[in-house]
Amino acid sequence: MFKAINDIQEEIIEEFSFLGDDRESAIFYIMELGDKLPPLDDRYKTEEFIVKGCQSKVWLTTDFKDGKVIFKADSNTEITKGLISMLIRIWSGRSPEAILNTNLYFIDKIGMKSMVGSQRSNGFAAMIKQMKLYALAYQTKESLN
Amino acid sequence: MKDQLIEAKYDVETIRKLFPVLDQEINGYPLVYFDNAATSQKPLEVTDSLLNYYHADNANVHRGIHTLAERATSAFEKTRETVKDFINAAESEEIIFTKGTTEGINLVAQTFGRVNLNEGDEVIISTMEHHSNIVPWQMICDERKAKLIILPITKEGELIIEAFEELISTKTKIVAIVYASNSLGTINPVQKIIELSHNAGAKVLLDAAQAAAHLEINVQELDTDFLVFSGHKVYGPTGVGILYGKRALLEAMPPYQGGGEMIREVTFEKTTYNDLPYKFEAGTPNIADVIALQAAIHFINKTGKTAMADHEHRLLIRATEGLQQIPEVKLIGTAKNKIGIISFLIDGMHHLDVGIVLDAKGIAIRTGHHCTQPLMNFLGIEGTCRVSFAAYNTEREVDFFLESVARIIARRK
Repeated sequence: MFKAINDIQEEIIEEFSFLGDDRESAIFYIMELGDKLPPLDDRYKTEEFIVKGCQSKVWLTTDFKDGKVIFKADSNTEITKGLISMLIRIWSGRSPEAILNTNLYFIDKIGMKSMVGSQRSNGFAAMIKQMKLYALAYQTKESLN
Repeated sequence: MKDQLIEAKYDVETIRKLFPVLDQEINGYPLVYFDNAATSQKPLEVTDSLLNYYHADNANVHRGIHTLAERATSAFEKTRETVKDFINAAESEEIIFTKGTTEGINLVAQTFGRVNLNEGDEVIISTMEHHSNIVPWQMICDERKAKLIILPITKEGELIIEAFEELISTKTKIVAIVYASNSLGTINPVQKIIELSHNAGAKVLLDAAQAAAHLEINVQELDTDFLVFSGHKVYGPTGVGILYGKRALLEAMPPYQGGGEMIREVTFEKTTYNDLPYKFEAGTPNIADVIALQAAIHFINKTGKTAMADHEHRLLIRATEGLQQIPEVKLIGTAKNKIGIISFLIDGMHHLDVGIVLDAKGIAIRTGHHCTQPLMNFLGIEGTCRVSFAAYNTEREVDFFLESVARIIARRK
């Protein structure tokens, strides 16, 4: 059964809570999450699909099927790949409305900013913004049909 | 006279006590500060100087007749004397206070360059230059229709002197070369470059940003025409730097900026300019930081630059040999003659990720292109992980760093 967005956020919070205060383990765990992300076709690894505002390169592409947004992404750094994998886990396969209405509270709960630094956090905010922009575009497109 | 007590037996633990910032934990681990090429930490002598100036002497320099102004001016000018001795300049008027290395290079480019560069003239820089020693020359070359020539380097990160002999000619007006590379640690054969440049009639600017804290600098022996460095890389404050120039060259150069101490007399019809060094020091200077720079140089002098360099070289060798034992590590820049800087990559890991994981263990390194993007392009890489040593780093820290690198690789396998 497809889990609710907040159930997945709670899952992520719980996974990080097992790691305690060990920052190194948390960072390695983020990288391991990235390892699980399905590979992205090389044709998407172009300037057109780059998320602007990230220090690392992040390529993000979407499909829209049956009213749901499907996200695919990759990055040239493992930590960033891990970060976007969490967003894909939460948002891929959701309706534009669900994406746009999400309160991503897990970010603060797991202490991401202190874990990866302010530059990576800013990059993470850029990823969130880009994914929401895709959702907004699909929502607008749907409303016009 | 230099205090040789520390130099006699290099006591790194005593030195560390002078740097309170080192006595802290980061993420539950003792701080290991290996980002000294970006900026060094400041000893108590420097921070005390800053506090003392603001608590006891704060006044503007050069024009006041009251006691505080006299004290501030005296301390300010004492720094000029101290810097003169530090680099063995012939006279203190050859020492210009700037905001830092970058401003010093821009000053020379925009004054000496503007007057001496004409269409068809050439400026030589090298592949390993920091952006601050590239962009000012690009700007003035564009303006004066001069040509920027790039001296190539080997894959090990050493200047190709034979190529320099080919490139230098009577068209060359300025050679601007880094004394020690911030990305690779390479110490360049600047004496040879200066000789060859002078034989061709060209002037030389040395970017000593990385060299000043680690190498004995004698501008008269080198016979360099200009030399620049920053205060904050020599255990001093940020926002202050030095431009050294030979008097005759500085005299012939037009002022860089107008206003403040650089004027002699102003009328609406005509302004006459002050003597050296004030001709190049427009506006109220960075007084507190200039004075604190004196304390930084005093720290280096009493510790002994040779002793510091020897210590840093031991750390360089220990770290280099340690990294060479790890098959997944690739060293970037393997010049024979290096200051305590090591650039490296870990196979299969992005340098930014390595930096974040090491920070989790309290180890501060620099990652990225280190403001040498053309060098990174030449090497075919985006950036590196860089460790850079200072007088207060220890062998224990190097060993912990090596263990941490090995552990990162093991965990990611």
